[in-house]
Amino acid sequence: MSDHHDFKLETLGLHAGQEPDSEHGSRAQPIHFTTSYVFPDTDTAASLFNMERGGHVYSRISNPTTAVLEERISAMEGGVGAIATASGQAALHLAITTLMGQGGHIVASRSLYGGSHNLLQYTMPRFGIKTTFVNFRAHDSVAAAIKPETRLIFSETLGNPGLDVLNIPAIAELAHQHQLPLMVDSTFTTPYLIKPFAHGADLIMHSATKFLGGHGVAIGGLLIDGGDFDWTQSDKFATLTQPYTGFHDMVFTDESPVAAFLLRARREGLRDFGACMSPMNAFQIMQGVETLSPRMQRHMENTRTVVAFLQDHESVREVIYPELPEHADHALATTLLPKGSGAVFTFELKDGREAGQRFIERLKIFSHLANVGDAKSLVIHPASTTHFRMSDEDLLAAGIAAGTVRLSIGLENIDDLLDDLKQALKSR
Amino acid sequence: MFIAIDNQATFIYTANREIYHDQPSVLFIHGAANDHSVWNMQCRYFSTHGWNALAIDLPGHGQSKGLPLNSISSLAEWVEKCTKVLNLEQLAIVGHSMGSLIGLELASKTNSLANQLAMVGINVPMPVSDQLLEASKSNPKVAYRLVNQYSFSRRAKLGKNDIPGLSMQGVSLKLMNRAQPGVLHADFIACNTYDEGISSAKKINCPNMLLLGSQDRMTPASRTKSLSNALPNSLVKVLPGTGHAIMAEQPNRVTECLRKFLVKT
Repeated sequence: MSDHHDFKLETLGLHAGQEPDSEHGSRAQPIHFTTSYVFPDTDTAASLFNMERGGHVYSRISNPTTAVLEERISAMEGGVGAIATASGQAALHLAITTLMGQGGHIVASRSLYGGSHNLLQYTMPRFGIKTTFVNFRAHDSVAAAIKPETRLIFSETLGNPGLDVLNIPAIAELAHQHQLPLMVDSTFTTPYLIKPFAHGADLIMHSATKFLGGHGVAIGGLLIDGGDFDWTQSDKFATLTQPYTGFHDMVFTDESPVAAFLLRARREGLRDFGACMSPMNAFQIMQGVETLSPRMQRHMENTRTVVAFLQDHESVREVIYPELPEHADHALATTLLPKGSGAVFTFELKDGREAGQRFIERLKIFSHLANVGDAKSLVIHPASTTHFRMSDEDLLAAGIAAGTVRLSIGLENIDDLLDDLKQALKSR
Repeated sequence: MFIAIDNQATFIYTANREIYHDQPSVLFIHGAANDHSVWNMQCRYFSTHGWNALAIDLPGHGQSKGLPLNSISSLAEWVEKCTKVLNLEQLAIVGHSMGSLIGLELASKTNSLANQLAMVGINVPMPVSDQLLEASKSNPKVAYRLVNQYSFSRRAKLGKNDIPGLSMQGVSLKLMNRAQPGVLHADFIACNTYDEGISSAKKINCPNMLLLGSQDRMTPASRTKSLSNALPNSLVKVLPGTGHAIMAEQPNRVTECLRKFLVKT
């Protein structure tokens, strides 16, 4: 090994944040099922509470197993640290409430996961935080939506449902011109497909439930700080730059210019809102993270083959995938996502809503459920499930046709997947 | 807090505590292209254990204004001015890397000022390779990355640090990335041209400690013999498996070593 060597993603995914435990030499990361930690003496206890020492006090704030996952994903993304949360939604909520309070404002992409849209559109306004949703392909619209009270620019790396590719360098530059951070939801891409910090993003969130875990057994979220954003360049971020009476009048940017956001998020957000990840979930998600790179490679191979198959099929009107030349963001995807544009995409059947229902009912390997990013291939027909009550006209306004089907391509043998799709399409 | 030195705003981190002149004081000095925050845990610890704990941002570093100074003697004079403005007549000095050279120079020149001296991650002399010196001038981002890669032990490169959730190699790199243009180059020139270290060490008349990392490749522990021989009754402590970024890799052990040294001597 070279003496001046940055470890690569695959190595970090397996090793970062962990070494065999000193007592038993366990190679795998043990699960620390404990709520609390014995203090050797009163002085150490006081020091831990006052952030004079590193260590654990109570598992809502930190836990040894969870800390390994946090350090690992941070190293993989190239950040300064991370916080594991109870879900991806909890990560989004933690980021927002760390940066702003009542009167705050967010500029978010229109192409968001429904759960994120619900939080921003319906729930946060009850607490005085409003969001303006705009088309992030139109950069002028993003700029025009920024207000004096705006505190965050937010989008997904690959938006719903049309897989809009976020132009991270351009939107980050725009955000920074207004002294604002850009947070991206990189759930669909993971650090295997893109490292958003390298392109200018300031914060990353993941629903670790999806590709990072990969197995579909554990709900979890991750919030990662890139450490580059200067919170002190304006007076917009008082939560980080002014004394916090809730923790010894700490000024988080004085404490750590690069990790101020995470300090506040952990010392206030995890402490008070309490949406922490359990050590069991952290362990399970870590099992997925260890094999992220080879899994994502296989996800991409299978996805490309399925996309090509569907494109040529007579029953298919359109496949929406950024690697296809006709996709609006094809050029951007080629630049930002050279390893692939994810394993979730939609296609439209020619014969509409009933054809979509029949297709899904005939599938044998694809599981019909409301999730993505599993090792198993998944399918859902929005017009008959998540958007069941909408008319065909309203569906189109939402970017969903009556015959639109969403696939999440898994790791099965590609021949079996193609056979399954063939028989389901033939049977219509 | 901010004080004015040479008409420039100078930031001094005190863990939100006032300075009480009936308490002992300890002054922490950071290394090249760093700032006070590398000492925040030690500073917080001593501030709640009966000490005035102060960590300065050297000129042009962190929140301090002004241009960086490119000699250890001028940096030592600048720190001495800080102690005068703060009305600190005696204090313990703790430095890391370039900061330890500043502490050594300051303690040797002002015999009555330093009553204790701890030098963390130090070599005397502290040469900087031509390649790194040039990179610090022409391509500082490359220099930051090289310094960061060399500053962590092999073990620490993969992490598992004392502070839950932080990736300390990332923290260290991003802190250097924030340095103002010219800062790292000026700091490296200061380290590279400091030739008075051994003669200064011979003048030290206070309790002193060298705190070193066994896997430090920036300032190897194996190259401190001439310094420890020149210092009177030097206490040498080597932390096993630790690189040059000692406070980042082992914050709890650094605090414990400093506590034992500062409280008992």
